[in-house]
Amino acid sequence: MMTERTFPRGGREIPHRKEATENKAILVMGAPPVVTIPMQQHIGAPCEPIVAVGDHVKIGQKIGESKKYVCAPIHASVSGRVTAVEPRSLLNGQKVMSVVIENDGQEEQLTNSPSDVKKMSPKAIREAVKEAGIVGMGGAGFPTHIKLDPPKPVDTILINGAECEPYLTCDHRLMVEKPTELVGGLRAIMKAAGASRGIIGIEGNKPDAVAILKETIKDDPDLSIVVLQVRYPQGAEKQLIKAVLNREVPSGALPCEVGCVVNNVHTAIAVYQALTEGVPSYERVVTISGGAVLDPRNVLVRIGTPVQALLDYCGGLMGEPAVIVSGGPMTGPPVVNLEGPVVKNLSGILALTPEEVDFDENRPCIRCARCVNACPMGLAPNMLGLYSDKGLYNEAAKIGLRDCIECGLCSYVCPSRRALVTWIKSGKAGLAAQQTKEKVV
Amino acid sequence: MMEDLKLVISPSPHIRDKDTTQNIMFSVLVSLLPVLVAAVYFFGLNALRLVVLSSAAAVATEAVFQKLRKKPITVWDGSALVTGMLLGLIVPPTLPSWMVVLGSVFAIAIGKQVFGGLGQNPFNPALVGRAFLTASFAVPMTAWTGPFDTVSAATPLALGAARTSLPDLFFGSVAGSLGETSALAILLGGIYLFYRGALDYRIPLGIFGSTIVISLLAGQNPVFHLLSGSLLFGAVFMATDMVTSPVTPIGRWIFGIGVGLIIMLIRLWGSYPEGVTFAILIMNAVTPLLNRWTRPRIYGQGVKASE
Repeated sequence: MMTERTFPRGGREIPHRKEATENKAILVMGAPPVVTIPMQQHIGAPCEPIVAVGDHVKIGQKIGESKKYVCAPIHASVSGRVTAVEPRSLLNGQKVMSVVIENDGQEEQLTNSPSDVKKMSPKAIREAVKEAGIVGMGGAGFPTHIKLDPPKPVDTILINGAECEPYLTCDHRLMVEKPTELVGGLRAIMKAAGASRGIIGIEGNKPDAVAILKETIKDDPDLSIVVLQVRYPQGAEKQLIKAVLNREVPSGALPCEVGCVVNNVHTAIAVYQALTEGVPSYERVVTISGGAVLDPRNVLVRIGTPVQALLDYCGGLMGEPAVIVSGGPMTGPPVVNLEGPVVKNLSGILALTPEEVDFDENRPCIRCARCVNACPMGLAPNMLGLYSDKGLYNEAAKIGLRDCIECGLCSYVCPSRRALVTWIKSGKAGLAAQQTKEKVV
Repeated sequence: MMEDLKLVISPSPHIRDKDTTQNIMFSVLVSLLPVLVAAVYFFGLNALRLVVLSSAAAVATEAVFQKLRKKPITVWDGSALVTGMLLGLIVPPTLPSWMVVLGSVFAIAIGKQVFGGLGQNPFNPALVGRAFLTASFAVPMTAWTGPFDTVSAATPLALGAARTSLPDLFFGSVAGSLGETSALAILLGGIYLFYRGALDYRIPLGIFGSTIVISLLAGQNPVFHLLSGSLLFGAVFMATDMVTSPVTPIGRWIFGIGVGLIIMLIRLWGSYPEGVTFAILIMNAVTPLLNRWTRPRIYGQGVKASE
């Protein structure tokens, strides 16, 4: 039995609730009749639409781009006719410029020519990744080509296969079903970023993924698998780096400061497919789960598919869900608009029953210190929450407001069900607004 | 169709640990049961009389206070019941009923509600009640009786180690406050609380550690000091009160060590035979400072980038 590694302070084992989907093969959902593709699916500058109403587009054709550095282009996920270029509501209700395409069912594919990674230069790989519009698919949505060009030299690429959020199993299934693609993607990322070593970190509750990937990498001395303790938030970037490499990312700095870059499993597979198959980022695997879903599944789905259609594909809902979440239950925002589209960084849609969820009650703090003990960053969430809620942003900043990674564990453990992480997030926003104002004055 | 869905728009996390404040208070009540059984066994119906009156007075005071302040009545959270029960268990068996009721009213009204209620009080309310009773009614508050009868008797602390049987001290067959005599019952309750995750081991261990060290330095029997007086009850049920003890791990060690130190200073050199109440109240006062001084290092602060 191998010892499982983890991060040293805080954290907590929380229920996985992955049973409903972890052993089911990924299903491929056919393209929907209409897709709505937002022009911003990443952190950074939004893309400008480069197609107009009436245009005919093919699968994989670029339909949005920007000259800005922090940006990733957007591609069509079906072939057909553009019927609208206008702001449409995302899952969270926010309106974003989108391209609506009516699927003609022809599935005409436009792909870049496949390349041989071995013959590509690091720069060529980064360029291809950028052209393919790949962003962090674990949830962050940061453009991947920028991560592959770190401002400091790195020695290690970490693949984040922790998937520590309950319910979610899309990375797990991908590790089991696409190990060769994952390892190929890791190799390409190592080359692009100039790293000599690649490590895949996987939580111990996915022994099948560990076994398959160990077999896949057995002839490659540069690659290794690290089994991680099942402990939330094991998949948080800083905690993962600490657990695997025992390196601590300085406050406010990027992982490259300690010589590494972290990529998500799905992102690495997307990189591989972009390079070797010439396929840009226009589809992804999404976990559809939660007690209110009839047939929970992992589904390969086109970007732009309405989430409602995805739920219907999984048999629809039974009973009334209390809340529908995009992403994991610990950090994922609630879904406001079920007609909103699947985007590149959407890892899951969870329809949770009243029995599965708990809401804030904001009873008095009894200073039990569970939040302090649970915080993986060594913060005092009770005080950060209090200061943030009262608008004392500078006080909060002095005790580490900016260091909070918003994992939500403080709110999770609070026996008084206080909205700690919600207050802290608003405190961060408040602090930023205050500083902007001070700069102007 | 889905338009009819009434979705709750609430922020993450959407799932929560099952433990609630109410559960924690309930665990404390359960952990006090062995102590209550021991108190009734050794001191008879007097024990029941005082604990029931004290508890009822505490809950009633909290309800009345919240009603007067037009706040929601939250007595169902169990915290007032805990305070009432604790106070009832730390008074002498023959204390007049009206005194324990007065003490309980004081504990909730002045010890807790004037500060804003649950979570806001700097001092342990039950100990505030006891300090008030001791200051106001010194004689009845130190009128000890032996177990199984109501004949007045000296407590082990007054008798000294040489004239006390350690097994009696451990099982509780000695004179003392209702719930404080049986070390066995207190330890059972403490183990249960620890198992339920409602007791931080650092505080009692800190108290035990400094008590043992100072007794040894003073040439006295450390086991006698641990088992006599209010020390064990105070260490397990009073000093560990979450609201009034530090939230940081190191703060909790310092808090515990400080409580033990002050107890022994009072016992060895003070004019009172016992000092647990004041030791804990003094350390309660230091708690905000300890919280500030012992903040854990934040991940990523004070580290440099690798070259």
